[in-house]
Amino acid sequence: MTIIEAKNLTYTYPGVTKPSIIDVSIKIAKGEFVLITGPSGCGKTTLCRCFNGLIPHFYQGELKGEITVAGLKVVETPIHKLATHVGLVFQNPENQLFALSVEKDVAFGLENFGVAREEMRKRVDWALKLTGMWDLRERAPHELSGGQQQRVAIASVLAMQPEVIVLDEPTSFLDPLGAKKIFEVIYELNRKLGITIVLVEHRLDLTSKYTDHIVVMDEGKVVLDGEPREILSSEEARLIGVGIPKATRLYQILQKDGKIKLGNTIPLCSNEMAFMLREVLKS
Amino acid sequence: MIEVRDVYFTYPNGVEALKGVFLTIKNGEFVAIMGENGAGKTTLVKHFNGLLKPTSGSVFVDGVDTGKVSVATLARKVGFVFQNPDHQLFSETVEEEIAFALKNFGFKETIIKRRVTWALNLLGLAQYRKTSPFMLSGGERKRVALASVLAWNPKILILDEPTIGQDYQQKEKLRQFILQMKTQRKTVIIVTHDVEFVAECNPRVMLMREGRIVADGEARKVLTNPEILTEASIVPPQIAQIFIQLSDLGLPKDVIDVYEAREILLNVLERQAK
Repeated sequence: MTIIEAKNLTYTYPGVTKPSIIDVSIKIAKGEFVLITGPSGCGKTTLCRCFNGLIPHFYQGELKGEITVAGLKVVETPIHKLATHVGLVFQNPENQLFALSVEKDVAFGLENFGVAREEMRKRVDWALKLTGMWDLRERAPHELSGGQQQRVAIASVLAMQPEVIVLDEPTSFLDPLGAKKIFEVIYELNRKLGITIVLVEHRLDLTSKYTDHIVVMDEGKVVLDGEPREILSSEEARLIGVGIPKATRLYQILQKDGKIKLGNTIPLCSNEMAFMLREVLKS
Repeated sequence: MIEVRDVYFTYPNGVEALKGVFLTIKNGEFVAIMGENGAGKTTLVKHFNGLLKPTSGSVFVDGVDTGKVSVATLARKVGFVFQNPDHQLFSETVEEEIAFALKNFGFKETIIKRRVTWALNLLGLAQYRKTSPFMLSGGERKRVALASVLAWNPKILILDEPTIGQDYQQKEKLRQFILQMKTQRKTVIIVTHDVEFVAECNPRVMLMREGRIVADGEARKVLTNPEILTEASIVPPQIAQIFIQLSDLGLPKDVIDVYEAREILLNVLERQAK
């Protein structure tokens, strides 16, 4: 089942002549873990803003083509209605936090939807614990470090339990272990609760092993769309400037040399590559 | 040269962010400061340009005690690019943003023009000259912030999380640029979580944890020590992870570069073949 579908989507911000996304057609299936990547300024964030209706309702501008999310036509559906289906975690957490305490920030969306108090308490606590923010629940978000704020932003979206969560570089301010933990949480939500994940990321070394589907954008267009191993091993991906994980890169370099016989499955992470090398070194 | 002597720093809300830091950074050094969120990395580098003054202890920049001079005096020498570009951008166009500090420092109009063009080209922003910084993507805004500091050519450059939102090609440009700064004997200090970027640059790495420096050395040594990295919430770079896992087969552990990895593997297999 398709949960997000864009057909020939072209969008231009108000006051600009050049469109930020051009003729984008993609399909995202329910329950998929999709990674959108590509050079900075390629239109990734703009595309994500179409998924929850920020485009065109908030940003205005000119939107051509069709976009459907959870069976709703985005152009005809108000943002607050889309918000029950799609949660968006921004690149910059400061843009979405405003309450006086972490707990209140996480509860805000639920309050607006009139969720019962008991249920609200349960969901807020669950989201705070999952993101490791439970101990800091009474602190003011603006006093927290960038990484901690990012976790609060993720918790607020989690608490809404939407069908789709769109995350725009959600761990850019986090330390590597913190980032790893967040990606594991996201992966768990995807596998256990079947939430569709759309993740915008440059750092494929940390994320490619979780994905089912990679979309590569360049200059507003979708240039590659498919299975992770296929995309990461393509010469095109490297030329566009996609940050190929170093384990995958090492495999490619060794394959090109042809002096070491490795298996045919392209590794997406260091464990897979180490396993492959161990086989060769032992024999 | 930057010298930090037994610096403690407590924020007004009572949080003790630095607890006795000692360090010396020489001219022309390239240093990466790494460590978990809240370890005190940004607090520490804010002492290098006088934005923060030690609660106790002292910081000297080229022999000058930062506690005794203004930020404005230090700014000419120490350029600081913030983690979040929105904290420093405010002009109506990218061009004006980059020219702003140059005007304040009293550069001549002709020099300002030349410098702005140079910085725009260096960071691939030339097509945005007349665009508002706020119309740009997160990654591009980050580059505008960097351009605006590079334009006045400071002797010491501090970059707080410079690779956030940057794609691989932009990171490669940044790496080349830093190496170029190094040949000009400029000091570059980055605060970063990006282990793969650090692995490609192989700078001096300082690991921080709970307000103290817990490791200080060459990247290939520090980033291949799993015990100390875990303590600082850092994951080793992928190549290091592979070699750490294979160390029982007699492979070296301190490998972070993909081409070095290839040489080592080819050598080992050649030896096995004999």
